[in-house]
Amino acid sequence: MSLISAQDLQVSYGGVKVLDGVSVAIEPGEIVTLVGPNGSGKSTLVKVLLGVIAPDRGRVIRAKGLRIGYVPQRLHIDANLPMTVARFLSLPKRQPDDKVSAALTRAGVPGLEAQQMTALSGGQFQRVLLARALLTDPQILVLDEPTQGLDQPGEAAFYELLETVRRETGVGVFMVSHDLHVVMSASDRVVCLNHHICCQGTPKVVRDAPEYRALFGHGTHGALALYQHDHDHSHDPVTGHDHGGGHA
Amino acid sequence: MLDDFLVRAAIAGVGVALAAGPLGSFVIWRRMAYFGDATAHAAILGVALALILSMPVTLGTLIVALAMAATVSWLAARGHAMDSTLGVLAHSALALGLVAISFVPAVRVDLSAFLFGDILAVGKSDLAVIWGGALLVVALIVWRWSRLLTATLSRELAAASGIDPDREGLVLTLALAVVVAVALKVVGALLIAAMLIIPAAAARGLARTPEGMAVGAIGIGAASALAGLGASWQFDTPAGPSIVTAAAAFFLVTALLGRLRGR
Repeated sequence: MSLISAQDLQVSYGGVKVLDGVSVAIEPGEIVTLVGPNGSGKSTLVKVLLGVIAPDRGRVIRAKGLRIGYVPQRLHIDANLPMTVARFLSLPKRQPDDKVSAALTRAGVPGLEAQQMTALSGGQFQRVLLARALLTDPQILVLDEPTQGLDQPGEAAFYELLETVRRETGVGVFMVSHDLHVVMSASDRVVCLNHHICCQGTPKVVRDAPEYRALFGHGTHGALALYQHDHDHSHDPVTGHDHGGGHA
Repeated sequence: MLDDFLVRAAIAGVGVALAAGPLGSFVIWRRMAYFGDATAHAAILGVALALILSMPVTLGTLIVALAMAATVSWLAARGHAMDSTLGVLAHSALALGLVAISFVPAVRVDLSAFLFGDILAVGKSDLAVIWGGALLVVALIVWRWSRLLTATLSRELAAASGIDPDREGLVLTLALAVVVAVALKVVGALLIAAMLIIPAAAARGLARTPEGMAVGAIGIGAASALAGLGASWQFDTPAGPSIVTAAAAFFLVTALLGRLRGR
């Protein structure tokens, strides 16, 4: 069964429909990427899936006892809140020291335990967030533009790490991304959102869909073509390309 | 020992510091300083209500503080501009309370005791109320510490870990109302927020973890209570304001220490 699925979601802010009839499901072990223009409801959808916002209509079904590892787009820590990296990784559940340092090493930022969170660089911060998400042994990772603040090599390393973790643990991944290159190379399935779901499917299917072209224009096509090689070989049949049947 | 009014005052002050330390830390982290003010000012309205209805002052304060805290949370959740909303509510509650108290026969009311506290007049039953409330608040915060902290960091992070951020917010609201009710006698409605914020802010400069800051705030708050009482005895100054002045002095010292260390 799906790790998490949303059925026919509707969310409005002040009478404006932000999400309208959105259904989506994430299966174990698949990497699903959500793309869409600014203000298309991507972050709202993430919040509904996490349970921060209750939808006006529709429902979210989570697998029983689902462990979610969440990496927010940005996390502002108040300057008056003293917080070492080690303490942050132990929230909300205490983690043994060796697990904490292993998670930091794995995320590519070893030895940061005693640092204050507010003293980290943007790139270190994102990796610490990922380390925390991995510590809870998640069944699904929810990532909201996780590579903000990373330079290109850092970004590439980030997705490589994600792919490794997925391969080793079979974690499902649901991420929001602006980065269309990455979408094409690192995803099993792409969901294109603009208040409703315009199109979804394998990166290739989405890339060729007229709805997607209408949203992202032709300029992106060149960029995508550049990466075509990547995504053509990166999909094995195991990941499956239908949407778990929950889609209307 | 409890027969000495100074000893009773000291024990009362330490009791308030015990609850105000960790709660005050959350007030700072969540930027609820003005929220604390509004709730504390509403206490005067609670006093008026209690006197008019002839019920215990602590109970009246607790009820009105809870109502105020709940109203403010409710408005905040509906996206009202908090700065102005809190300003309106805080001062309206204070003014309304003062007006309402004026209807109570003057012989029964020593208004300044409620505005600035009357720690030297703390009796044994007051001590029981103060320590009962303080221990309740500390127990509540210790029990939910990790959840409160996660929800304070980020609503989304909390929700992803199966924590309901609204429920944790409610826990703090409840704790705030209790602290206001028990601290009224010690520092008075006008300075309760000071006892929440200043010791915690003073502890910030010395702490590396949230736990360190909360415990440090308790220590600094207790030291302020004792130092303030001592000064009040020595120089014949009002006790509540003297305690807050002592806390401000501690803040100054740790802020300077923090700057020196930071270089």
